[in-house]
Amino acid sequence: MSPLAALLSPAHLLAANGLVLPHVNYTAIMPELILLGGMLLLLGISAVSPRHLPTQVYATATAGIGIASLIASLVLWHDVQKGGPFSAVARAVDIDGFATLVLVLCSCVVILGAFFAAGFLEREQVQGVEYYALALISASGAMLMGSANDLILVFLGLEILSIPLYVMAGLDQRRAASGEAAMKYFLLGAFSSAVFVYGIALTYGATGSTNLASIGSFLAQNVVVSNGVLLGGLALLLVGFGFKVAAVPFHMWTPDVYAGSPTPAVGFMAAVAKIGAFGALLRVLFSTFPTLRTSWQPILWALAILTLLLGALVAVVQRDVKRMLAYSSINHAGFILLGVQAGTSRGAEASLYYLFVYSVLVLGTFGVVAVVGGRGDEGHGIERYRGLAHRRPLLAGSMAVLLLAQAGAPFTTGFFSKLYVIEASIAAHSYALATVAMLSAAIATFFYLRLVFAMFGERAGRQASVAVPVAPAGAGAPGGAAGQFPPVGTLPAGPAVASAAGVLTLERAAGLVDPGRAEAAAVADDDAGPVVADADLQVSPWVWVGLALCVGTTVVLGIWPSPLVDFARHATLLF
Amino acid sequence: MGSAHAFPFLTTLVLVPAGTALVLLLLPRQLTRLVRAVALAGSIGTLGIAVATLDQFRSGFAGYQMTSVHPFVAALGISWSLGIDGISLFLVLMTAVLFPLALLGAGEQTNTKAFVVWVSLLEAGCMGSFLSLDVLLFFLFFEATLVPVYFLIGGWGHERRGYAATKFFVYTFVASAVMLVGIVALVFLHQSQTGTLTFSVQALARTHLTGAESVALFLAFTAAFAVKAPVFPFHTWSPDAYAEAPAGGSILLAGIMAKLGTYGIIRFDLGLFPHGVVVLAPLLLTLGVAGIIYGGVVAAVQRDLKRLVAYSSLAHMGFIVLGAFALTGEALSGAVLQMVNHGLYTAALFLLVAMIYRRRGTFEIRRLGGLQRKAPVMAAAFMLVMLASIGVPGLNGFVGEFLILAGTFIGHRWWAVAAMVGVVLAAVYLLWAYQQVFHGRREGDERPEQPERPFKELTVREGLVLAPLLALIVFLGVYPKPVLNRITPTVDALIAHVAAGSHTDTAPLGRPVLSSAVVRTPGSAIGLATDVQGGARVAVTPAVLDTHASAPTPVSPAPAGKGIR
Repeated sequence: MSPLAALLSPAHLLAANGLVLPHVNYTAIMPELILLGGMLLLLGISAVSPRHLPTQVYATATAGIGIASLIASLVLWHDVQKGGPFSAVARAVDIDGFATLVLVLCSCVVILGAFFAAGFLEREQVQGVEYYALALISASGAMLMGSANDLILVFLGLEILSIPLYVMAGLDQRRAASGEAAMKYFLLGAFSSAVFVYGIALTYGATGSTNLASIGSFLAQNVVVSNGVLLGGLALLLVGFGFKVAAVPFHMWTPDVYAGSPTPAVGFMAAVAKIGAFGALLRVLFSTFPTLRTSWQPILWALAILTLLLGALVAVVQRDVKRMLAYSSINHAGFILLGVQAGTSRGAEASLYYLFVYSVLVLGTFGVVAVVGGRGDEGHGIERYRGLAHRRPLLAGSMAVLLLAQAGAPFTTGFFSKLYVIEASIAAHSYALATVAMLSAAIATFFYLRLVFAMFGERAGRQASVAVPVAPAGAGAPGGAAGQFPPVGTLPAGPAVASAAGVLTLERAAGLVDPGRAEAAAVADDDAGPVVADADLQVSPWVWVGLALCVGTTVVLGIWPSPLVDFARHATLLF
Repeated sequence: MGSAHAFPFLTTLVLVPAGTALVLLLLPRQLTRLVRAVALAGSIGTLGIAVATLDQFRSGFAGYQMTSVHPFVAALGISWSLGIDGISLFLVLMTAVLFPLALLGAGEQTNTKAFVVWVSLLEAGCMGSFLSLDVLLFFLFFEATLVPVYFLIGGWGHERRGYAATKFFVYTFVASAVMLVGIVALVFLHQSQTGTLTFSVQALARTHLTGAESVALFLAFTAAFAVKAPVFPFHTWSPDAYAEAPAGGSILLAGIMAKLGTYGIIRFDLGLFPHGVVVLAPLLLTLGVAGIIYGGVVAAVQRDLKRLVAYSSLAHMGFIVLGAFALTGEALSGAVLQMVNHGLYTAALFLLVAMIYRRRGTFEIRRLGGLQRKAPVMAAAFMLVMLASIGVPGLNGFVGEFLILAGTFIGHRWWAVAAMVGVVLAAVYLLWAYQQVFHGRREGDERPEQPERPFKELTVREGLVLAPLLALIVFLGVYPKPVLNRITPTVDALIAHVAAGSHTDTAPLGRPVLSSAVVRTPGSAIGLATDVQGGARVAVTPAVLDTHASAPTPVSPAPAGKGIR
């Protein structure tokens, strides 16, 4: 360090006033610094640029920042594998395999999130840099939670993670639902933060420290005779985490927030909040409270069962795809809790593996939902997906892969993630929990399949009947001269149906369609519900890149899962 | 353990159809003819490899042959472990035979490319299921077959296809979910005993299970297999799925997919949980008989030809379950053979039904009728297949049914007697259906303004699709010896394993019939010394057991079965 830098360092300046600041090992928090620095850079660029820069510029920059932080995380990973784990910044930050894996996950989420946001913001004509800046801050908070070794830092991370997410939920100011989502999320989130802080206070009162490792060694060396305060603190901490991961019964905000928020923000929110919260939860329970395992395992057991079953059962009756996916994400949270509940390093591995798989799947799924939602981000009824496979085979195919992976179909990452947590759970002798989890997965297949069937099961003939449900003026109109003629959607329907009938007649004449089938198709045409207009389904190249990454990861690592399994295993070897 | 053979026949049996699917994905969908040709070439290539496998297969050995073991997900203990024995050999061949025929017999359909991609993927999944020696690999393939079938029914099925496809998927998925928990629980029991994490069938068969564990795990595994087969009270998805599936789909569903269930019962239930099998055999036998009678009765009242075949399929699967749980060598050989037989004649029946539907646009028996005059060749083919299905001597259905009933009669007399009712019922509904469709009067014929609709005779192409099936049906009926010769050693070893396993357990449940039925031929006694799941505890010394070589050990050339015993 040069003399000048040493002189200007805050430690030096403040030490003069008698406050001793710890030595800061900047490499240990490099990924967070890159995200925050990148965020400042983006804000600076947007402030000095004379006119609005296109959203793609910011998306590119965000993806670049994400890649830089990914590289920094991998460097840390390499250091940890070579030199072992280390603490930094007065033991408040712990860099071990686990933490670096969380850093890697967050970086990946930032990159993927940027791709899916770009297409959406462009279509919705949301200008500006705010979305990307908020995403970067939020991800840095999740990173902090994963590497924190101090309850205070966990709380700071939680807030850094959450506050930008509240804003992202309400970013779409033109829709009331978005504001409502932000308000709900904020109020309940603030409440849960308060509970969390109270838990920290009680834990500190019982143990005399907020450092996770110190608390752990204190509890290992001392027997707390009257442990009501300690258990109270632990319970409140669990409630706080429960809110963030949307575990039942702390899930109430999830469906409303997911349904109201801008769609790509939902994917990002689901991924990053779960990574951060589960990362911190695993660390707090495993390295701080292993001695209280008999106390927290039954609580998590109950939470997991409720989360699994409620998520799967309520999702079945949803007609709105975003709400359905919200409940499905609750179900997934239950699966991750399975690994936490096991209380073993195998369980931690399984949870991390599941987190990675889930993040990729949820980002990709909401990426497709954002496209299908159409301009205005309103069309999330299941009828929008009817016959999608015939109009956008690639988009529907990607969605089908992602949904089947979420259902746990074999040869996708989703299967192995479920297998992994089930293995961990059974190794910990939680047979009933594992059985309930798999049954909930089986229930969940029902609603994933309903969506898949809507896309694939409808015959090609049905695509013709076009009727746009509710759309802002001009938004749903198919391009070309016909579209300018009001009322929207009714005009193309007539000739289109006629042409469908024509096609059927031709097919029948050619012997391609048997009579019964043609009748069925004709009947189906009559009761065809609203189907999204083709022109409303713009898929930007950004979304394609994101989808290619998500689907590719899902399939390739589903057929050959060894690399990722080994990655997760190494992450917890030193845990 | 490496590959015992220079050429990895079994791995290619899985990879060729999977690769075909990949190639098909890359072809433009407009080139329908090319797409069909590539798909057909892939499935015929698979058939070629399967025939080569048959050629390489050494008859008279009980153990797994041509094994190929590679690490797959080493950290989780999963290996790419394939092998073939007398039980799986002919199922693999049947699969290889039926897929090209299903592709040819499916007729034209919309979106050919997607159709053939799913069919090719399904073939890879079926092959993988029959060949896997790793329980989790088996489960992966077993589950992987669901997705193509779901899309085949959902995309190309009849009117209620959405309902049928979803019901099929969810129903089987629920059962498989229980099985997955069972698999993992078994693996951890094994790990706690031996310290190694493995999903290998051979290793897991040596796990020491208490009586309760064996029964519980047996139930968990059987849940999945009973739904897939389907066994009587778990069958409700199958008539819907079979009836709503497109022609090619029903052939594959009833012909091959159903066998995954009974194959799983024989390979995994009998192999891994001998004690549970012996305890619960009466229950499963009862369910099998119930399926036979229920399927027969319901088939007899069907007005829809396709549903009739679907319910008859349920009845015939009941026979296979009966054979599997009778726990005698004859019955189990019969069950294995009957799986192949049923695959062949059910496929032929569904093909014929699809041909009739293509001409008349209906499955309703009353609206058909008198077809024999217009299409005598088709009527003859239908008659032959129907007689095979009824179990007329000289055709393949007889051999399997006879072995099953004879074998069951040895130890479980009254179940065999009750199952006889099913044989009679099969004759009733199939002969009635044949009479109605081909000789009866079509309702509405009396209306004078409607001239008699023409009905095309079997085309050359359709004849070529049916010919291999008819030939096999006759061949297996007249000369099943070469097939039984290959099946019997493995089956005898498995029966010995079940007998031994049921005795080693704590519960005093030694059924006298088991030991009496075990060692019948000198060939099978030596065959026990091979690796079949450590089943040799009775017959050979423990030293032999420890060398679980997967390479086959030669036995004396004494033929294990002389035709129909």
